[in-house]
Amino acid sequence: MTATHHETHDEPQAVFDATIERGDRIEPRDWMPEGYRKTLVRQIAQHAHSEIIGMQPEGGWITRAPSLRRKAILLAKVQDEAGHGLYLYSAAETLGVSRQELTELLLAGRQKYSSIFNYPTLSYADVGTIGWLVDGAAICNQVPLCRTSYGPYGRAMIRICKEESFHQRQGYELLSTMMRGTDEQRAMVQESVDRFWWPALMMFGPPDADSPNTAQSMAWGVKRNTNDDLRQRFVDMSVPQAEALGVTFPDPELRWNDERGHYDFGTPDWDEFMQVVQGNGPCNAQRIAHRRRAHDDGAWVREAALAFADKQAAAVGEGR
Amino acid sequence: MSELTAEGGHGAVPLKDVPADKGGATTQREWPLYEVFVRGKRGLNHVHVGSLHAADDEMAVRHARDVYTRRNEGVSIWVVRADAITASSPDEKDPLFAPSGDKVYRHPTFYDIPADVPHM
Repeated sequence: MTATHHETHDEPQAVFDATIERGDRIEPRDWMPEGYRKTLVRQIAQHAHSEIIGMQPEGGWITRAPSLRRKAILLAKVQDEAGHGLYLYSAAETLGVSRQELTELLLAGRQKYSSIFNYPTLSYADVGTIGWLVDGAAICNQVPLCRTSYGPYGRAMIRICKEESFHQRQGYELLSTMMRGTDEQRAMVQESVDRFWWPALMMFGPPDADSPNTAQSMAWGVKRNTNDDLRQRFVDMSVPQAEALGVTFPDPELRWNDERGHYDFGTPDWDEFMQVVQGNGPCNAQRIAHRRRAHDDGAWVREAALAFADKQAAAVGEGR
Repeated sequence: MSELTAEGGHGAVPLKDVPADKGGATTQREWPLYEVFVRGKRGLNHVHVGSLHAADDEMAVRHARDVYTRRNEGVSIWVVRADAITASSPDEKDPLFAPSGDKVYRHPTFYDIPADVPHM
């Protein structure tokens, strides 16, 4: 970006570019390029939907948690996910879309959520594995987003990151407890980790070579790291955690590379990833059907609350 | 300032000429948007923390407690309908802020005081 380059633009574009260049935040009432706004709406909405849909895989285990302590923890965690969704929907609303519109787009299958939530939670160990690996991967993704160029998104991410740390630690602690239990419990943990490892790696999105939007998103400061960088960071973090836990990852190519100073690892099954993204994962239909049912079942509550508010307002009006 | 509204959340937003991706027919009237301010602890100001939807003022306070203070983040909550907020225009070069730009004498550093004068 040179001064000459700016002169060819309209003034608002130049102001926007200069703000990004300085590392300053863009705020809701600033002029922004249409592409920037659309990218943010898509990304924040997708993120919000992921938090909301993400309540389902673990929510099913609340009634089956093995102790009151675990039940209270899981309830708090799932409630946090709802809260994260709400922070993000309100960040998206600063861009001129409404939460209701975004919900309708999700229910119509026109907006996506993270592919990880289309995998089933088959055993209680999955609650721990999701906390450790899925929330761990989410943290890797989200920490750099605290510095994203769009102010409301960054502020939402700061709140979310503070809370995710509890999510990851409760998951790891749950698995540690099971690993100190019976052989059957240890096997249950290993089986769960085997199922979730590759889908967790896919959470960072396609390889950089196949991620056409990354360059523009990074130029705008919306994204701070490439998919492959974040994936590598996650692998490097996770391996020592797995060793401490006493589990292995299902990847024969996983080994330390002294030269690179990183772990080498195998290639996720990107065909499977594309299938899940396109709606053919194990639970896609179930997740959306459940979300739609919850939305429809709650309609009367939303209507009743509005009717009550209208009635109260009318009563105040008459009393004047 | 009349073209500004606060319906976008997280502070006032101009809706005029801001294109939005209208997903589909909106079938239901949406709960109004509220902006939420939380006093973190005694002695601090209320600070804007975000926004939420609620049918009325009382519900907005209850929702604000659940959404923004799950971990003792506050001792007091204010909520205000977003459309009740009046805001200055966003541009940093806005003439509204111009009067403070050329009054350097409002700042303590404007004044030269000998270095050996204490406590000033």
